Amino acid sequence: MANALRILVPVKRHPAGSDDGRKGDRLCSFAWTGGSLDGGYYYLWPLSQSGLKPRIGKTQTSVDITGMRQAMNPFDELSMEEAARLRRDDQSPMKVSQVLAVSAGGPKTVDVLRTALALGADRAMHVEVPDAKEGFYSGLEPLTVAKMLKGVVEKEKINLVFLGKQAIDGDHGQTGQMLAGLLGWSQATQASKVTVKDEAGTVEVTREVDGGVETLESKLPMVITTDLRLNTPKFATLPNLMKAKKKPIEKATLADFGLDESRRLNTVKVTEPPTRQGGSKVEDVDGLISKLKDLGAL
Amino acid sequence: MNSLVRPCALRASRHLYPSAGTSPFSRSSLSRLLSTLAILEHRDGKIAGSSLSAIAAAIKLGGPVTGFVAGKGAKSGVATEVAKVEGVETVLAVENEAYDKGLPENYAPLLVENIKKGGFTHVVASHSAFGKNVLPRVAAMMDAQPVSDVTAIEGEDTFVRPIFAGNAVLTVQSTDPIKFFTVRGTAFQPGSSTGGSAQITDGVDPAAPSATTWVSEDLTTSERPDLSTAERVVSGGRGLKSKEEFDRIMTPLADALGAAIGASRAAVDEKMADNSLQVGQTGKNVAPQLYLCAGISGAIQHLAGMKDSKVIAAINKDPDAPIFQVADVGLVGDLFEKVPELTEKLKNAILTEL
Repeated sequence: MANALRILVPVKRHPAGSDDGRKGDRLCSFAWTGGSLDGGYYYLWPLSQSGLKPRIGKTQTSVDITGMRQAMNPFDELSMEEAARLRRDDQSPMKVSQVLAVSAGGPKTVDVLRTALALGADRAMHVEVPDAKEGFYSGLEPLTVAKMLKGVVEKEKINLVFLGKQAIDGDHGQTGQMLAGLLGWSQATQASKVTVKDEAGTVEVTREVDGGVETLESKLPMVITTDLRLNTPKFATLPNLMKAKKKPIEKATLADFGLDESRRLNTVKVTEPPTRQGGSKVEDVDGLISKLKDLGAL
Repeated sequence: MNSLVRPCALRASRHLYPSAGTSPFSRSSLSRLLSTLAILEHRDGKIAGSSLSAIAAAIKLGGPVTGFVAGKGAKSGVATEVAKVEGVETVLAVENEAYDKGLPENYAPLLVENIKKGGFTHVVASHSAFGKNVLPRVAAMMDAQPVSDVTAIEGEDTFVRPIFAGNAVLTVQSTDPIKFFTVRGTAFQPGSSTGGSAQITDGVDPAAPSATTWVSEDLTTSERPDLSTAERVVSGGRGLKSKEEFDRIMTPLADALGAAIGASRAAVDEKMADNSLQVGQTGKNVAPQLYLCAGISGAIQHLAGMKDSKVIAAINKDPDAPIFQVADVGLVGDLFEKVPELTEKLKNAILTEL
């Protein structure tokens, strides 16, 4: 299957909120979905803010995620859906022969990999990285993740990688670009449309840029990072979740890729952002205008 | 000034050792010398507004600042403009239309070569679509871990950035020999764009081929101020209900205030406004003098993109909307009544002042 797509989808779990009094994803906010209530995937993160704001650890060196529920990074769901969409597409000139989901982290990482398998991955790889301190958010640096993914790509003969454009905890937005740089592959970031055009692996990608969109064309192998407008992720159905339990999850370690957890960036401190005090409410438009004048905004 | 190291001493020592950065000598005794490369965007021969913030951040570091531009006509065009920006000492220009579209496949090798040759210790770009696309690739090629969306510089190796959609503020110290970072435009006020007299020199051009070709673009053209740098922003959300209503209600208000138009994710998803107008964690960050929003509840991701605004005003019919917790002034009411009334009164107020 020389002309088949071998897709890698790195997925990441992130603290999504507390479990207190919640009944699961579907009851929660839909702010991360495409706005449609059917078939979307729902997150606790956006609306119920009280339990979701990351707590700053007492020593001001970490974010305390004790008791926070973990969910798949929303952009990674888009990546999974895009891989599944390419597989479903009968008109596509290239068939999908394999979708591999990979994630690094502690034992709970298996949950997010099961979700990925239920969303369409054929198999998964769990790179076991001990949770640095139980309950505290740290995570591997994007450079380490990119090097690890390079190892996976080479070992598994991957020719297309879909990553989310950013993880909504670290907000780095770097891993895809770094992976493409390490591999020397083409990159298309913030993709809102992906079309495989021919058997030779020509791919057209529309990207979200400042002020609008631009369209690029490149050849496989390549790295694509997904933006919110790319698709609407499906909900993992119960039968698919059951099937996912039978799919294989391979274990690996960072050492398998010649890497360790050492960091280039030392955390000096983590603090609360300055809180903004809401001002007063006014009765009418005239009040609004005069208040804005008082504040020097008009 | 705000310099974090002593620029005079640094500059003096650079003059003593002009080859600092490239000679093996510099690696040892002068390794702490700062020298910053600011990667600059331009379009139609004009430097991008966000790039002026990258220069401002570079100046704040304290060492000599070199601006970098590449593309067709870069040397005779935008480089002369960059040379006038106060605080820039040198402009590296590479004339080659292959770089016009800023494709990272060839732009990154170009930067790698110029960073190596110039011996820069810091490389900065704006946290714009271009900066986000190119800088991490360059950093990875040079085995460095970049720092994204920096909002403050606390020392030559210490940077502050928001994480968790701005709900925590992280200070990190980079141990990489070359510090790569992108800056949030609204956090670094550009200095004067006149009065400088930088020297313009040719950068090296490795002419690496790009496997990617640029096909087309579709940019929203607008006479309005640029959203990221506008003094005033009016922003609409789901409460506007449709694109027609969004345009009918928000456009005259923006006109009356000379403001840029923004939108919440909900408004963008429902096609009321273009994607590029989205304000928030995954859209644009703005910090105008006035952020006036209507029909926006104030979800955490939206607040991430606008809570550094100087004055926030909100119009919403739900008195319990979270937006009122951050708004300096709030008006509870139907936006379909209140916004047109506000627009009229603002127009009249401006007329009476004339």
